[in-house]
Amino acid sequence: MNIPVENEAILRDPKARYRPGVLKYKEMGYWQPDYAPKDTDVVALFRITPQEGVDPEEAAAAVAGESSTATWTVVWTDRLTAAENYRAKAYRIEPVPNTGPGTATPQQWFARVAYDLDLFEPGSITNLTASVIGNVFGFKPLQALRLEDMRMPVAYLKTFDGPPTGIVVERERLDKFGRPLLGATVKPKLGLSGKNYGRVVYEALKGGLDFTKDDENINSQPFMHWRDRFLNCMEAVNRAQAATGEVKGHYLNVTAGTMEDMYERAEFAKELGSVIVMIDLVIGYTAIQSMSKWARRNDMVLHLHRAGHSTYTRQKNHGVSFRVIAKWMRMAGVDHLHAGTAVGKLEGDPATVQGFYNVCREAHNDVDLARGIFFEQPWAGLRKVMPVASGGIHAGQMHQLLDLFGDDCILQFGGGTIGHPMGIEAGATANRVALEAMVKARNEGRDIAREGPDILDRAAKRCLPLAQALDTWREVTFNYASTDTPDFAVTATPA
Amino acid sequence: MRLTQGTFSFLPDLSDAEIAAQIDYALAQGWSCVVEYTDDPHPRNTFWEMWCVPLFDLRDAAGVMQEVSACRAGHPHAYVKVNAFDSTRGFETTRLSFIVQRPKTEPGYAMARTETHGRVQRYTYTRRRDAADGRPLA
Repeated sequence: MNIPVENEAILRDPKARYRPGVLKYKEMGYWQPDYAPKDTDVVALFRITPQEGVDPEEAAAAVAGESSTATWTVVWTDRLTAAENYRAKAYRIEPVPNTGPGTATPQQWFARVAYDLDLFEPGSITNLTASVIGNVFGFKPLQALRLEDMRMPVAYLKTFDGPPTGIVVERERLDKFGRPLLGATVKPKLGLSGKNYGRVVYEALKGGLDFTKDDENINSQPFMHWRDRFLNCMEAVNRAQAATGEVKGHYLNVTAGTMEDMYERAEFAKELGSVIVMIDLVIGYTAIQSMSKWARRNDMVLHLHRAGHSTYTRQKNHGVSFRVIAKWMRMAGVDHLHAGTAVGKLEGDPATVQGFYNVCREAHNDVDLARGIFFEQPWAGLRKVMPVASGGIHAGQMHQLLDLFGDDCILQFGGGTIGHPMGIEAGATANRVALEAMVKARNEGRDIAREGPDILDRAAKRCLPLAQALDTWREVTFNYASTDTPDFAVTATPA
Repeated sequence: MRLTQGTFSFLPDLSDAEIAAQIDYALAQGWSCVVEYTDDPHPRNTFWEMWCVPLFDLRDAAGVMQEVSACRAGHPHAYVKVNAFDSTRGFETTRLSFIVQRPKTEPGYAMARTETHGRVQRYTYTRRRDAADGRPLA
């Protein structure tokens, strides 16, 4: 029992507990080391860096308090409620390995906080986040705060529709199985006219890609009105489908300044026969859930670009881990989610990124501290999200990508398609040949992580575009230290 | 044109030994194989004809290859593919699908446009026909 005797006395004595004035959060009931979370509780794991001299248990209690019922002073109106029920409870803290005295990092603590299900509106990520990452991240007694992971109770998951399509149905609709899907983002991302933009789409799809993609910041600008982009892209998609006999798609970005504009753009995409529309994370959680409902009503795959996330996911001491964002997005209901490449140009420790992928597409997550997964998470039948690897990847990395991420993902080669010396169609063909050769070799029992370069070279002997792609990019790597890596002691016990 | 549906359409056509290796892989995952054929591989044609019911209890690639051979013999000018089906909860779908026979000449599809309002077009694909006798090539 960690609570000092005087605190316990305060908790037991309503007159002392509700005397006007200021009490420690621990004394108000937000620290309960004996608490065993109920199956129906939402549980959060925070990484807390307390200010100098702040007791870590008090810091954890403050996080629980400020993310649920507390204010800075005692209020008698608590006594009109079943306050004990509504208080979030910090119930366990442990020091973060490799922080504190003797390290370069101030002492940090992992704190687990349990929230009663009744604190949250059913089916609303916005309401959930307004509590859990609402005021609390600016709380002065903390130097920094990070939401590392969350455990969603099945009862809460069942109030969300989840992805409108999901991996299984998307594959059946596209009739594509047994390999990652291939995509490319049209480049340059800004400045092309509608006709030139559609040309890139046509060449890339005809060359062998399954999808092409609008970039996150292509909406409706002076150089290209959104309707012109949609019309030209769908001409390109249909031409490519006729030329190859395959279902193809272009993620038409319907992101706009208002919901009314987004609905108008999405309706037009549907009218043109697109199989997929796209939104950006910056539109906000309510807008994402609205578009998810629209996509479900209209048989549309919904692609989410995680624009903006690195402002709060990248630094380990403060913000929200992307694994939490991935959980929220699976609940909010998107079909595609950019989740990192590990080997490309953007931040991503391989184990951490695999953790994000597992959140997207496993039916049940086990505790996996090496991949940053702190909680067992049954997904209660919620459909699976297709993770997207995009940003600075090329055909020469195909063995690494397939080895890290397996079949159920989308590999997006933007520059790695469009920058091909022999043109966009050749770039697309190079990627598709490299992918199919690698899948075939893996299925035949080859060790692709080790033999990958050899498998690529052999495939390139029969495919000039692949040989040229390898000549151009093979040596390109982005080897920088990752900022977001799991902190765990090998002996740590699962929750 | 070369139809590029299926997992390995961008590689040279697989030999029977290579096909058997892929079937071995599928069976090792616990998946069941089925052979399907069609002369209309339209991108939206979800339902090719089933040559046989899925070979749920067959754990030997040679048995699947027998069905492949029989289907080829019965439909020498059709497209033939092998699908591998996974009954695991959370999947319950096809996990691998690849073409194991193509017609000698692949006719492909012609795209027709219908103008509607504004600049909106409706697109339909129809099988190209042999110029000589007007019948589908497949």
